[in-house]
Amino acid sequence: MDIHEYQAKEILSDFGVQTPRGGLAYSPEQAVYRAHEIGGEKWVVKAQIHSGARGKAGGIRVCKTDDEIWNAADELLGSRLVTHQTGARGKVVHRLYVEEATDIAQEFYVGFVLDRQMERVAVVASAEGGMEIEEISLKKPGSLIRLAVEPAVGMQPFEAREIAFKLKIDKSLISQAVTVFLGCYRAFRDLDATMVEINPLVVTKNGDLLALDAKMAFDDNALFRRPNISELRDKSQEDPREMKAADRGLNYVGLDGHIGCIINGAGLSMATMDIIKLHGGEPANFLDIGGGASPDRVAKAFNLVLSDENVETILVNIFAGINRCDWVAEGIVQAVSKIDLKIPLVVRLAGTNVNEGRKILKDSGLPVITADTLKEAAERAVAAWKQHKAKGA
Amino acid sequence: MAILIDKKTKVIVQGFTGQIGTFHSTEMLNYGTNIVGGVTPGKGGSTHLDKPVFDTVKDAIAKTGADASIIFVPPPFAADSIMEAADAGVRYCVCITDGIPAHDMIRVKRYMRRYRADQKMVLTGPNCAGTISPGKCMMGIMNGNIYVPGNVGIIGRSGTLGYEAASQMKALGIGVSTSVGIGGDPINGSSFRDHLERFETDPETKAVVMIGEIGGPQEAEGAMFYKENMKKPVIGYIAGLTAPKGRRMGHAGAIISAFGESAAEKVTILQECGVTVVPSPSEFGETVKRVLAKA
Repeated sequence: MDIHEYQAKEILSDFGVQTPRGGLAYSPEQAVYRAHEIGGEKWVVKAQIHSGARGKAGGIRVCKTDDEIWNAADELLGSRLVTHQTGARGKVVHRLYVEEATDIAQEFYVGFVLDRQMERVAVVASAEGGMEIEEISLKKPGSLIRLAVEPAVGMQPFEAREIAFKLKIDKSLISQAVTVFLGCYRAFRDLDATMVEINPLVVTKNGDLLALDAKMAFDDNALFRRPNISELRDKSQEDPREMKAADRGLNYVGLDGHIGCIINGAGLSMATMDIIKLHGGEPANFLDIGGGASPDRVAKAFNLVLSDENVETILVNIFAGINRCDWVAEGIVQAVSKIDLKIPLVVRLAGTNVNEGRKILKDSGLPVITADTLKEAAERAVAAWKQHKAKGA
Repeated sequence: MAILIDKKTKVIVQGFTGQIGTFHSTEMLNYGTNIVGGVTPGKGGSTHLDKPVFDTVKDAIAKTGADASIIFVPPPFAADSIMEAADAGVRYCVCITDGIPAHDMIRVKRYMRRYRADQKMVLTGPNCAGTISPGKCMMGIMNGNIYVPGNVGIIGRSGTLGYEAASQMKALGIGVSTSVGIGGDPINGSSFRDHLERFETDPETKAVVMIGEIGGPQEAEGAMFYKENMKKPVIGYIAGLTAPKGRRMGHAGAIISAFGESAAEKVTILQECGVTVVPSPSEFGETVKRVLAKA
């Protein structure tokens, strides 16, 4: 689960990380009011969306007057920012964070991630702050400082000091830097984070060490024990299709293609999407209906996929291990008989009770195109989609 | 022989008396798996499915001589159960549970480093379909009928995609020595590399199918191991060609977050290491058949 910059800053400041003074605004008036509250002569109005690279997308505005703040806020609120992380649909700005502007003397990158190779929390830091980590890895790989934290004892002050010295942070700021690194690590560990990123961490012209931007992501599997973190979820930042799916206990990722997929198991879902592509189609979604899929669950999955107006053909591919093909078939019949299905439906069933399942589909009299193998399923789905499109055109 | 489990394996079930534990224990017993008991804290002394129930794994091992354990404990308590099994001296453990926090798995892996290599429990999963040596022993949630005994090893992250591969092989008369599910989580008990090493020394295995996906370094590690240490042929597949970067595809670990983690990049690594790559998920059977004919 992702959270907003201002939420990450609030959390990290509880762990001793200093951030510029700022306040949240939902309207242009409120943005101006926040600037007055903060004081000073220059402010930054920052769009709060779940994505990096907001600056490039025009989501970060430096302002010097009330009018500038009002106008910037007015433009940003309700607008849709598109970055390379949001996809083509972009994300709508509903909240702004107004901050005092900072005079930067030096910028650093600091990131904490789950290192899957080391199976530990790893710190990555670089004196090339401001750039994204991918860019730093490509352009200045030599500048990267890495450290994997021993999980039994956690990050030690000497390790934090080493990073600070390697970054060539001014000696007067070393203890502040140690507080920042140890604070980030503790926040990461104590809150079941999967990512903490401060980019940039800056030394100001006044000689302070501040987190100018902050990002945090959390392990969905651990939210059950982090109620305070769960509350930070902002549904407006999620794809409405994915949100609807999650509320129904289904695992869904929306894509831009036209063949809707209903599959059991994550690996088979990905493989089915791959084979659609190999046969000249494009999948509209990833959808894993999971293990013991009851007829009701299948029907819900069906309605979900149909609610995507890009979907022009549906492919159901179920390899039943602990699932039962007859249940899946019942679910399909249940869903389809309630609606006037105007697009082709291809169903491939395999595994437990496959003959019963096929019989249910056949007896239903519904216009279902069946397939016995994965290859047939992909071929028939793509062919049906092309035919359907030709008819419509 | 097969790897990890065979007819002699004595299995206990952690989370034995729960709904899921009961259902799958019944299936495993029907398959012929030698389940000798189960563990449910607080229910020790009772009987379930005609097998004794114990309060702790240590008790269960002392009374039954079990050497393997399968875990169906819910996610908040599953990491604890894995460590309990490791501490009690279980030789091989399958953790089925999906949804264990990643930080818990970091702790589990750190905890298991306290044992010498020869005394360290082998863990597969979590978030896997389990392991089966067809005709001998099934420790998992798969449908045993999908697999016939034979001489091809399977290592895979995904349950259903593994079924797909095995059933394509079965249709061509190709059987399986052992199929190992390593699970779809970002931090797991053992990797492709670990089991490739076991299959290489298993006299019953002639070739290995490695079914990977996007995310993480383990497919590449497996391919490197093959290149440097293996004589038996390895056939590989990477799911997730159409997966966009930064999006989690169902499995907690199926996410492209770094260089070398996309399907296209992994396929290139596999090919560079000499692994035979399955060109389409409908061609597992044909590809394995071709490789076996050459071997």
